[in-house]
Amino acid sequence: MAPSFQSLDPDMDDYDDDDEEPDFSDLKEQYEVRMEEGLDTFVVVDGLPKVPPGSKDKLVKFLLRKLVGFGKTKEENVFMPMNEEGDMSEGFAFVEYETPAQAAAAVKGLHATPLDKKHTIAVNKLTDIERYGREGRIDETYREPEMEEFKEKEHLRSWVGDVDGRDQFVMYRGDNVGVYWNEREDQPEPVRTPAGQVVDRQHWTETFIQWSPKGTYLTSMHAQGVQLWGGESWSRQKRFMHPGVNLVDFSPDERYLTTWSHQAMQVDENNPILSLEEDGKNYIIWDIDTAKPLRSFVTLDPPGPREDAEGQPIKKKLQWPAFKWSADSKYVGRMNHGQSVSIYELPRMNLFDKASVKVEGIVDFEWSPASAERHSIKSYEQLFSYWTPEMGSNPAKVGIMSIPSKEVVRTRNLFNVSDAKLHWQSEGAFLCCKVDRHSKSKKSLATNLEIFRVRDKDVPVEVVENIKDTVINFAWEPKGDRFVLITAGEVPAGAAVPPKTAVSFFAPEKAKAPAVGNFKLIRTVDKKNNNAIHWSPNGRFVVVATVLNQQSFDLDFWDFDFEGEKEEKERDLTANLMLMRTADHYGVTDIDWDPSGRFVATSASVWKHRMENGYHLYTFSGQLLREEPIDQFKQWAWRPRPARLLSKDEMKNVRKNLREYSRTFEEADSAKRSSADKAVVDARRRMLSEWYAWRERVVEDLAIDRDDLGLGEKSEEQMALEVDVEAEGEGKVVEEIFEEILEESEEVLE
Amino acid sequence: MRPILLQGHERALTQVKFSKEGDLLFSVSKDHVVCAWYSANGERFGTYKGHQGALWTVDVDPTTTLLATGGADNTLRLWEIKTGKELKRWEFNTSIRRAEFSEDGRQLLGVTEKRQGQLSNIFVYDIVPDVTADQSTDPTLHITVELPRVTVAGFSALSRYIITGHENGSVAQWDAKTGELIKEEFPHEDGMSVTDLQWSSDRTYFITASKDKTAKLIDSETLEVLKTYVADTPLNSAAITPEPTNYVILGGGQAAMDVTTTSARQGKFEARFYHKIFEEEIGRVRGHFGPLNYVAVSPDGKCYCSGGEDGYVRVHHFDPPYFDFRFEVERERERGLQM
Repeated sequence: MAPSFQSLDPDMDDYDDDDEEPDFSDLKEQYEVRMEEGLDTFVVVDGLPKVPPGSKDKLVKFLLRKLVGFGKTKEENVFMPMNEEGDMSEGFAFVEYETPAQAAAAVKGLHATPLDKKHTIAVNKLTDIERYGREGRIDETYREPEMEEFKEKEHLRSWVGDVDGRDQFVMYRGDNVGVYWNEREDQPEPVRTPAGQVVDRQHWTETFIQWSPKGTYLTSMHAQGVQLWGGESWSRQKRFMHPGVNLVDFSPDERYLTTWSHQAMQVDENNPILSLEEDGKNYIIWDIDTAKPLRSFVTLDPPGPREDAEGQPIKKKLQWPAFKWSADSKYVGRMNHGQSVSIYELPRMNLFDKASVKVEGIVDFEWSPASAERHSIKSYEQLFSYWTPEMGSNPAKVGIMSIPSKEVVRTRNLFNVSDAKLHWQSEGAFLCCKVDRHSKSKKSLATNLEIFRVRDKDVPVEVVENIKDTVINFAWEPKGDRFVLITAGEVPAGAAVPPKTAVSFFAPEKAKAPAVGNFKLIRTVDKKNNNAIHWSPNGRFVVVATVLNQQSFDLDFWDFDFEGEKEEKERDLTANLMLMRTADHYGVTDIDWDPSGRFVATSASVWKHRMENGYHLYTFSGQLLREEPIDQFKQWAWRPRPARLLSKDEMKNVRKNLREYSRTFEEADSAKRSSADKAVVDARRRMLSEWYAWRERVVEDLAIDRDDLGLGEKSEEQMALEVDVEAEGEGKVVEEIFEEILEESEEVLE
Repeated sequence: MRPILLQGHERALTQVKFSKEGDLLFSVSKDHVVCAWYSANGERFGTYKGHQGALWTVDVDPTTTLLATGGADNTLRLWEIKTGKELKRWEFNTSIRRAEFSEDGRQLLGVTEKRQGQLSNIFVYDIVPDVTADQSTDPTLHITVELPRVTVAGFSALSRYIITGHENGSVAQWDAKTGELIKEEFPHEDGMSVTDLQWSSDRTYFITASKDKTAKLIDSETLEVLKTYVADTPLNSAAITPEPTNYVILGGGQAAMDVTTTSARQGKFEARFYHKIFEEEIGRVRGHFGPLNYVAVSPDGKCYCSGGEDGYVRVHHFDPPYFDFRFEVERERERGLQM
């Protein structure tokens, strides 16, 4: 029985537990007051010049000026030890701040800053010396790093070698992501790994999928970061950790990757991949081969007030990509709105020329999408264009700058500019600056196209003037010199329907090769609803479409080089425009040309609306090959192809002998089709005979059963029908009476 | 031929049935009224008034003398077709979801709703096919169904089995004499209700429609799925055209509660024709602006009708091309038979 409270004698000490002191050492260790904690306010400044005692005070004062930028400290708290002789300082100093936070800020802000040309200071936490430099932590003898054994990578571009030259695409629907071969009108064939597994995986990505620009990798997005997939086995090739990542962008050569998250990253010291360097950043630029971060950045606030008049935060459109790559991926630039462009050199990601390129007022910039081939310029250069608005009495300007010389190659002054957009032609031969201009009263808008002929001597500018209404979309012909634009009338205030649009097609006049004549309007088609222009990647064909519209969803397939009679008034133009076909895809949201320019996939994504989600597949000329409604359809993306390896002559040769080539392909196609048809017919024949065999058996069994039960040959239900048939033989008379009031009049009788 | 639009109901149609001769058409709707129509011209033959709630089901006996109806007023009623006289009324604790005569017209089954703590029940009554006779008040068979809610039921050939379709997508086979459960199969997706069950003309096989967007052709003896028809919308009804034509007609559309948010185009309110043997879609018939709640084919195969959530019945008489259409392999077979 346990002793009650009363029975306990305070003096009685039965429990002699002196020897039984439990072992608290582990807890002690865990909760021990860390004495060196106090040292967290100290930093070590290394790399200082060695000075005689006379100059010491001067140096301390100089240093102090930098130090106080990050926290509170004073002269007494800077200890700069002298050497044993006492005639020279040792070149380092200990500094005490008021709080550990200030010390940390100083480390972050001052480390690796240059004092003068010779000296660059290293600032570290005092505790770090203990942490990293304690005895035993550093091996005194040099050990050769172990080389990982060479492992052969999978062929990352094997799909290009498909015998039938088919293209691949990826479909994201529901939770599944699948990679398929395009089989034209037939069911797409799932891609299989060498082990025979279908590449259709559940929860492969969390938000969306993206191909790298040459199609080598498929990118999947996850809360933890980004993963790249590829090779014949569709295994994971690379993994990039970026907590909360929202968007990714590749450099054109697939060597670098930009990841961006809306939330600033939070990285702790123990993270295996990211370092404190990345803490609080939004962007990381990665080297894909090593999967290591090169440099990280915070998001720059877009210009304008953060909050509106009522104190509500204004949602601003993110500029994506903010880091824009030059054509050869040697440079990546980011604009500092209204001030400058910061250009970084790859692969070190150092700021080019140690300073941003100042362009006062800059609103937008765009790299030339191909390495420049300017007239009589042989040296290496990359071009980018930019524009600045009117500032005070200075006019607005469009400029082209050459990197690395930072020379402004061309500028052009513009007046009454309300907005401008820069459109490079895919080979960098032309730059079209679409300028929205307002009238003096600022009431009406008109658009000018300022076309820079980048390859011609002195970069002449041609102006296509006075397009009434605003241009809502513009697109150059890839690898060509023609373009399409869409204009929209002004919207009356409060109108529910978007205004009608007009589509205009332009081509240069005929001129002696290799010169390109003046740009002239071929034709304008008005009273349309179109808002999207999608050129074939090879040029010539273009789809002008209406997407994301409730009422209208037409797709117009145009040919710029129709092989037929040309209209008289267009005789002088280098185009023969023809509307090949008009198709219609209810609820279309996205349009995607395959990389070969043979097919167009249009899709209705559940991301935009829930009506008739799925895809259509058209030929380049607008012939519908296939339509498939798919529940929860999200995304369609053709796998891009790397650049062609054929030389220009070889391509010409193929084009010349096209008939030869196409014959073999046509033969293969028809053989395939006939065998497929045969399979279908055989399957039907089999189904038919199986069905009738089954019916015969069932009918027979039923007859036997009826007989056994002593019932007639036919059931009462079937008898009813028999009677009807007989009655019908005699002819049925159906009398119909129609009454119609021809006139109605009212007479008042007195 | 132009469809005949029957505008007699004020609310959504729930079931439409042809008489076995195919000349009359009976329709029930949520507006408490039973209507009879001439299928040839769409003229109304008469109405049967008396029910106090929404009607769910109607069936005609093989001689077209008796009509059975059931609905939300918890009654199953028997009418004389010619005069509109109510001959018999059976009352239950819950509403009647389905009523059907056996193929000889001598038995009538009624399915009661599973609600208010009541399980679904199947009641079978012996019927005397005579308007002057006294119909029995007590059922000859009473099955209390312990499976999920029964949505549809009917007698197979020779009244050997009762086949039921359930809320969870299952189909069960019961002995029509003893009420014993023989077999339960799961042809449809789990949890997707079986919405309709209609017989082939000799009742040796039947078709089920389901919310899982498929219809299945099932052998009544083995419950083996013979064919599957895949649609892109939840189905409410499916019918088999009588031989020699080999088609099935499916009807459905977005669930009624979602309809207001979608356009008519979007709702997929079309009757779909599939080839019964090849499982391939042949064509669609538009017209309704609400989901199709029921499709029925005339036993003579000359026309079909559909009853919609929109309150209309549309009667379509088939044109000659419908009867002439053959797949190449079918022609081949016919030629083979002629020789």
